[in-house]
Amino acid sequence: MSARNNILRRIRALQGKPPSPTAGEREAVRAYLQTRARSPRPAADGEPATRFHERALSLASTCDDVAAAAHIPAAVADYLRKNDLPMRAVCWPAWAALDWAGSGVAVEARGARSDDLVGITGAFCAIAETGTLMMVSGAATPAAASLLPETHIAIVSRARIVRGMEEAWQLLRAEHAVMPRAVNFISGPSRTADIEQTVSLGAHGPYRVHIILVP
Amino acid sequence: MQITSMHFKARAGKKLADVKLQAALRKLQSNFVKGRADRILELDNFEDIRAAAAAIRDRALASLDVWLEEFERNATARGAVVHWAETTEEANRIVCELAAKYDVRKAVKSKSMVSEECALNDALEAAGVEVVETDLGEYILQLAHEAPSHIVAPVVHKSRDEVSDLFEEKHKLPRKTGIPDLCREAREMLRPHFLSADMGISGANFIIAETGSTLIVTNEGNGRMVTTLPRVHVAITGIEKVVPTLEDVTTLLRLLPRHGTGQSITNYVSLTTGVKGDGDLDGPQHFHIILIDAGRTKLIGSDMQAMLRCIRCGACMNHCPVYQNVGGHAYGWVYPGPMGSILTPIYAGLENALDLPNASTLCNQCGVVCPVKIPLPDLMRKLREKQFERGLKPWPERFGLALWGWAARRPVLYAALSMMGVRLLAWMGGAAKLIHNLPFGGGWSGGRDLPAPQGKTFRELYRQHKRIDRINRTQQD
Repeated sequence: MSARNNILRRIRALQGKPPSPTAGEREAVRAYLQTRARSPRPAADGEPATRFHERALSLASTCDDVAAAAHIPAAVADYLRKNDLPMRAVCWPAWAALDWAGSGVAVEARGARSDDLVGITGAFCAIAETGTLMMVSGAATPAAASLLPETHIAIVSRARIVRGMEEAWQLLRAEHAVMPRAVNFISGPSRTADIEQTVSLGAHGPYRVHIILVP
Repeated sequence: MQITSMHFKARAGKKLADVKLQAALRKLQSNFVKGRADRILELDNFEDIRAAAAAIRDRALASLDVWLEEFERNATARGAVVHWAETTEEANRIVCELAAKYDVRKAVKSKSMVSEECALNDALEAAGVEVVETDLGEYILQLAHEAPSHIVAPVVHKSRDEVSDLFEEKHKLPRKTGIPDLCREAREMLRPHFLSADMGISGANFIIAETGSTLIVTNEGNGRMVTTLPRVHVAITGIEKVVPTLEDVTTLLRLLPRHGTGQSITNYVSLTTGVKGDGDLDGPQHFHIILIDAGRTKLIGSDMQAMLRCIRCGACMNHCPVYQNVGGHAYGWVYPGPMGSILTPIYAGLENALDLPNASTLCNQCGVVCPVKIPLPDLMRKLREKQFERGLKPWPERFGLALWGWAARRPVLYAALSMMGVRLLAWMGGAAKLIHNLPFGGGWSGGRDLPAPQGKTFRELYRQHKRIDRINRTQQD
């Protein structure tokens, strides 16, 4: 504990403050946390769903639209066939109840393993400003399914495309009493430019991110 | 990391003559400098966002201790353990103790410059723990036993051919030459390490007081592996990285990737809070956060506190004409470029990095591009003043300045000396009016000629004009 106290006391002494924080200082911090003040941000650019779609493509994600959740398995099967990918996948328990077998896709609802080639997930919400998916970990929404497989297929509700990260935090606070263990923002396939500044897709995570938009 | 900043001048000379390095550095300029310029245009109110970002960092620093306590309280409430380290040695000791406690045989790391400050890998290896760097750049450096030369693109100094040779030698696989093939090979070599490691070690770009979360920005996905798969996660970062709220960190995230790599957003932005919950299928069982001082409080309350706003984007080095020509290794420690020229002397001692505050033309490119408005040239100038005050400048410089000061206080003598000096230089310039070899200034005239002064000195001209003026006025009267 001594390092902690030394560091904190040193900071206070150097800033000319008494050894421990006053009630006023603590109150100021609490008050600031409660305001959740937003800073200036870029102007909203068009309708969120359109903007999201555009930005997602620019990040090397691919997008598909379906009219109802029941059509998801067929859309996934179609994507896998077109890209010459195996017709089996690990899937978030949250989305395992769809009729996958009917479309010829063998899904398993469990935590992802390293030999899974396709991972099917939902998303907490999506962010129009940058074309980003927001993933929140939980028992039915494990983090590794969007990370270990070479192909990540994400199901995103069009109603949950929000303007910016600010709205995403608002949604998170409204729906989760505590911060989930992992919040991951995903913006396209994993990539690296470490060798000669040349971008190469599929560094350690997925080579492909395919987004299926549902109403 | 061992500090070798005293050898800046000698190193810089060698780096200037290194053809491969020069080619690599040109690429950095065209990608990162142009990338930033393009991405800034996406923000219609960029300057407002930038001002807000600087204010957010200042707000955190103004009540640093209270925000850190708030962070600690919220992180602890979610099952993380927060440790504090005054020095890098203390931080290493804590990580080694955790490794022993959890019976860790292998640790995988995502890129962390703070862990480079600590030379954590050496400490862990000495304690019998296998450490594997998993960021592609850092992995290449670990294989080659080299230090990073850039805080964002650590292996910018190496060419593809060098990486091909290295992988062939170390992996004992057929030589690959294409960049995607090299990346695939590294992926396949590293994947088993992620799965078998007992401990994941990450840094933190920010820590968020409101939620007790650590946040990392990455592109490769190794950061997510390191913080998701092993049963123990250790995040190690500086005390200055605290940011009050999720809204505040959002503003900083609009600037960090744009200034760092020329991206609107990095592939992954990952927040980790506490440990694996009941029913969770993945995530670490133990989460330890180490907050280190290691020189940071030397800046608190000083005229250089603004340096602690730094969000480690690397824009200052990407835009620095000195870094662009000598690269990162010349600077001799973890942080190169303008930000390193300030941090190294402060963290490691002014006397251990004499050249660094002077390794700048003070052109202010760094100050112009800094996303959190750190007045970097002013801070370098302050360090130069401190060097002078502490008598750390070399004697010819001190003697020369003292001599000049003595003469400058004697106007008649000064005028006579400068007149003689100008005449002498004009004579040395000869018919071409160029001086090829300036006495006591060989470093300057080594690469170019000094145009010889011509005509009269300013004082002579001033006197002359005044005389003409007086005659004119008498005639008018």
